Amino acid sequence: MRNPVSDTIVGIKPSGIRKFFDIVTEMNDKDVISLGVGEPDFETPWHIRDEGIYSLEKGKTHYTGNTGLVELRKEICNYLKRTQGIDYDPIHETIVTVGGSEAIDIGLRAMCNPGDEVIIPQPSYVSYEPCAVLAGAKPVIINLKEENEFRLTADELRAAITDKTKVLILPFPNNPTGAIMEQKDLEAIRDVIIENDIYVMSDEIYAELTYKEKHISIASLPGMKERTILINGFSKAYAMTGWRLGYACGPEVILKQMTKIHQYCIMCAPTTSQYAAVEALKNGDADVAEMRTAYNQRRRFLINAFREMNVKCFEPFGAFYIFPCIKEFGMTSDEFATRFLAEQKVAAVPGTAFGESGEGFLRISYAYSIDKLREAMKRFAQFVEKLRAEKTN
Amino acid sequence: MKMEEELLAIIEKNSRIDLKELAVILGVAEIDVVNTLQKMEDEGIVCGYHTMINWEKTSIEKVTALIEVRVTPQRGQGFDNIAERIYNYPEVQSVYLISGGYDLLVTLEGKTLREVSSFVSDKLSTLDTVLSTATHFILKKYKDHGTILGLKSEDEREIVTP
Repeated sequence: MRNPVSDTIVGIKPSGIRKFFDIVTEMNDKDVISLGVGEPDFETPWHIRDEGIYSLEKGKTHYTGNTGLVELRKEICNYLKRTQGIDYDPIHETIVTVGGSEAIDIGLRAMCNPGDEVIIPQPSYVSYEPCAVLAGAKPVIINLKEENEFRLTADELRAAITDKTKVLILPFPNNPTGAIMEQKDLEAIRDVIIENDIYVMSDEIYAELTYKEKHISIASLPGMKERTILINGFSKAYAMTGWRLGYACGPEVILKQMTKIHQYCIMCAPTTSQYAAVEALKNGDADVAEMRTAYNQRRRFLINAFREMNVKCFEPFGAFYIFPCIKEFGMTSDEFATRFLAEQKVAAVPGTAFGESGEGFLRISYAYSIDKLREAMKRFAQFVEKLRAEKTN
Repeated sequence: MKMEEELLAIIEKNSRIDLKELAVILGVAEIDVVNTLQKMEDEGIVCGYHTMINWEKTSIEKVTALIEVRVTPQRGQGFDNIAERIYNYPEVQSVYLISGGYDLLVTLEGKTLREVSSFVSDKLSTLDTVLSTATHFILKKYKDHGTILGLKSEDEREIVTP
């Protein structure tokens, strides 16, 4: 028989996070604490759920227009206006997608010609690379450095650009490092971007979860709106992961092509979710603030815990991850995470799941209650003590 | 959020939190937490550290009633005097002045139905200024003090990647 599957797909590696979760599932041990989950532990605020239910009661069970409810797109544009000061046209420059993930996929497919290069700073979300490959583009990796707090510098960007470079993916606030890009950092790379005439896909899904300054979108910088696809969604800010709803805003010329892919593959994002999302944007600010406060408390708790253990860890100011350095123990991230799980029953994702530059680090999610985190840090401290004792013997 | 506000939000849900940990998660020094708490206790902002108990799960019998009370306000005293007469009974859990169809809402806890009834008929109704009462017995508590009773908090997040 002929080989039934595509070589391109076979060539794509399965997610490194998956592999680790499979071990956890196999262990089937109630004692295991997982710090691996990348979704909020909060439930969607009730008033948002209520609007979803209400829409069903009213019989809002049909498709919406391809690019989403006009009311929702207007609210999205209002939101970006009030938080970033950017003016997007809800009709021509906004599309509602099935999560931010779909926006990444269709955005890259809409922009890339075969052989175009897509620059991906890593460590970062695991989907960019496969999506670039599926779009026929060539991923070019920038290995971000801890000494720069995992921010992207102008020099790093300049060194990665060739005459084939088409798109830079800008994944901040960052999963898995928790790094952010501040105004000065964005201004520094903007000049390189404009000079070299490349486009930016700015994945701002964690925009609401920053703990220093408010998030700034690169699209708000002069000269950048016309070359940026801004991606955001409802999963992280409003704890709406299961609703599968995101969006992209950008130049009409790109959005038009993204809409084509979206209409052929997806038709439209889920209707119930869209009605709920309108409520989230209209009346959800207080919920976001409350969750942000809780995440920030946990973030401080973890930073302090690692400080007390004397484990090196830069202070993350975004998302809900902390990225401690485990190089002192002379193990790879994978070995460390595997032993940590086997010996202390705590699951954390090896940094290498997010790119080679994650070697020597662990991703710890703080989308967990303080009680869980306290127990996990107790076990981390025991493990660290044991490893240090092994080393001196 | 201001530190005081955040602190109150935390201890309202968990009054037993370790002070050192409280300082860490608020991002301030422990001495600041201690001083702030002391100040708020002195000012009567923090009035106590109580425990939320789901009595239904114990073998101890308790009956809770909500009593609507209509009263005649007194010259120069308003409702304060009559409220005081009522809240001084130890079996009274709370007394609120209410807008609308009646004046005071009294919650009362007793061991038996009879005990509550006799409080209403013997003590409450016989007060001079009380015009009428209406007693509602609580059949089941679903949520109290912002806590859903009998709710098991389990992590329902399934494994998903990336």
